[in-house]
Amino acid sequence: MSTTRPAPHHSPRATGHVVDDETTGVPSFEASGGDWSEIAEEAARLGEERIVVNMGPQHPSTHGVLRLMLEIDGETVTEARAGIGYLHTGIEKNMEFRTWTQGVTFCTRMDYVAPLFQEAAYCLAVEKLLGITDDVPERANVIRVLLMELNRITSHLVCVATGGNELGATTIMTVGFTAREELLKIFELITGLRMNHAFIRPGGVAQDVPAGGIEATREALTNVEHYLRQLEDLMLANPILQLRLKGVGHLNLAGAMALGVTGPILRSTGLPYDVRKTAPYCGYETYDFDVPTSDEPDAWGRLVLRLEEMYQSIKIARQALDRLEKNPGPVMVEDKKIAWPAQLAIGSDGMGNSLAHIKEIMGTSMEALIHHFKLVTEGFRVPAGQVWQTVEHPRGELGVHLVSDGGTRPYRAHFRDPSFNNLQATSIMCEGGQVADVVVAVASIDPVLGGVDR
Amino acid sequence: MSDDVKKDADQATKPGDGSLEAQATSEAALESGSQNVPAAGARTPLDLVDVRRGMFGAHGSGDTSGYGGLVTTVLLPGPSERPYGGWFDEVVDILAELLDASGTGFGNAVESVVVDRGELTLTIAREHLVEVVQHLRDDQDLRFELGLGVSGVHYPHDEGRELHAVYHLTSVTHSRSLRLEVAVPESDPHIPSTTGVYPGHDWHERETFDFFGIIFDGHPGLARIEMPDDWPGHPQRKDYPLGGIPVEYKGATVPPADQRRSYT
Repeated sequence: MSTTRPAPHHSPRATGHVVDDETTGVPSFEASGGDWSEIAEEAARLGEERIVVNMGPQHPSTHGVLRLMLEIDGETVTEARAGIGYLHTGIEKNMEFRTWTQGVTFCTRMDYVAPLFQEAAYCLAVEKLLGITDDVPERANVIRVLLMELNRITSHLVCVATGGNELGATTIMTVGFTAREELLKIFELITGLRMNHAFIRPGGVAQDVPAGGIEATREALTNVEHYLRQLEDLMLANPILQLRLKGVGHLNLAGAMALGVTGPILRSTGLPYDVRKTAPYCGYETYDFDVPTSDEPDAWGRLVLRLEEMYQSIKIARQALDRLEKNPGPVMVEDKKIAWPAQLAIGSDGMGNSLAHIKEIMGTSMEALIHHFKLVTEGFRVPAGQVWQTVEHPRGELGVHLVSDGGTRPYRAHFRDPSFNNLQATSIMCEGGQVADVVVAVASIDPVLGGVDR
Repeated sequence: MSDDVKKDADQATKPGDGSLEAQATSEAALESGSQNVPAAGARTPLDLVDVRRGMFGAHGSGDTSGYGGLVTTVLLPGPSERPYGGWFDEVVDILAELLDASGTGFGNAVESVVVDRGELTLTIAREHLVEVVQHLRDDQDLRFELGLGVSGVHYPHDEGRELHAVYHLTSVTHSRSLRLEVAVPESDPHIPSTTGVYPGHDWHERETFDFFGIIFDGHPGLARIEMPDDWPGHPQRKDYPLGGIPVEYKGATVPPADQRRSYT
């Protein structure tokens, strides 16, 4: 605050938080939930018109540890800034100290709502560095597409559900999360985990789809469609939701392009930019699907767009399931110097072992044992160079910049997380609106702070 | 991979068969190192980034494994020869035309053109970076209108060019993407900011400053973004330790990840 006003002698709520010299003598208030009327009264007594409110980092409607610094004049937001970094865990630095295969375990934890996209983008980048993109088996690519599209649905469901919850519409949240649960069960069935799968590996995927997996997925998709209809019935004709969302968080095409904003926010401005179409990977060019756009570049347009995208994802997932039924085959490259040695099974001890593989390496083939040992401890080497690989993440274009020095570990792994970039649009979407609209605008950006901070 | 290892290990363990220095400069060692790079038609020269000796991080101790004699050259793909292939030639030609017309000169602005793994990288002299991105964004035949971000890489052995800033640009109009690379010395880590051309690079440049200490001149507010404001050092630099504590498990102690045996 620029106003220099002598501090009141006995201000009951003014605290001693002094950030720098400029703010010395500026009264500050601390509020944590509850009724703010006392604070408002005191602010009125002090005659302050211009108030800077710190929303977050601990605030339920900021999708995690996002800190919003709002300068408000009455109910109007005159300036909004986003502060991030509260969930920085140094994943990129850590990846420089693990093998290329172990990197998957790290990058899946970045954007934890859409973990499979980081895995896929990272593995595609490693494969590009190795020059084995075309050797990845067809079935592995189909499984990747299936998992990514299911993950897109779960991610959009979280966005819609939490967005509704933040407006007080708890039913949107419960229906959304119930629908997501259907697909998380499928993830658990196929990958073994509900999140942080580390399932997509350089060269393919860790396991084939288990018996009964395809049927279970088909059933889950039917259920999800049912829940999506429920969500539509609940939301699309709801006058309160329309009043809260329409015209809020407006960002036009020029603004989105300038800020490098991609994904549903960019498509809500009418531009059908989707990496699955413009630079296909994993065989997306062979699937039949549309890229929905909207002519309402606001929170409402993005909500409808996300619902439409979920239907398109279901369409792609069904095509992937058809292909899985028709084409059995390997799910990992043939090159034994890269491929993870074993397909695991649950042993009698409850641990993941492959009895056949153990029999082979301990009983018959010393070379297989050496290979196993070298791959697991040392890892494979990747030719020196750098690559850039992007995939269409639920939140926009996810880019992976990998640099190899020819060693067994990444020399540098950088993730261009879409929500990191898109959060820059917070200011332009919120300024001039009301404080309550900030919640809607941020929900329509759909940031996941694990990905933002990495 | 393992064949090279065996060959070098054999050489190292042979008594009286030349010193380690002789191995380091030998054609065989350089050749075995260069096998780390896939053979590509147009590209021949390679940039030597580092030469490493031994394995497992053991130095000066009684290494009986034979791996102590291992010499690994680290080579990155070097400048490519024409034709670059695909749309690469067209983009480079148009950029050259624009830079020559403006008086800057293509040779002054673009240090090298690298085509590797189907991707185009232009190494740009920092003083001309803003002009280059302006052309790339605005010319109707280039139209790289989407600035996807900035990433940094630290090559401590690349003397005078230790810090690299890497820009990822995409053209929605033409469905193309390319990479710009700007190298600066650690002693003078200044690069002009591209936020005037790509406002979305704001946070990306802050991140690169935060992690690598590259100072983007002209940036509207170059503050740290991920680390706390008063954090000392730049964590993604190679000389910055990863950190971590030894963990005891079932009587054995596992050292932190950056102190474990390494294979590179």
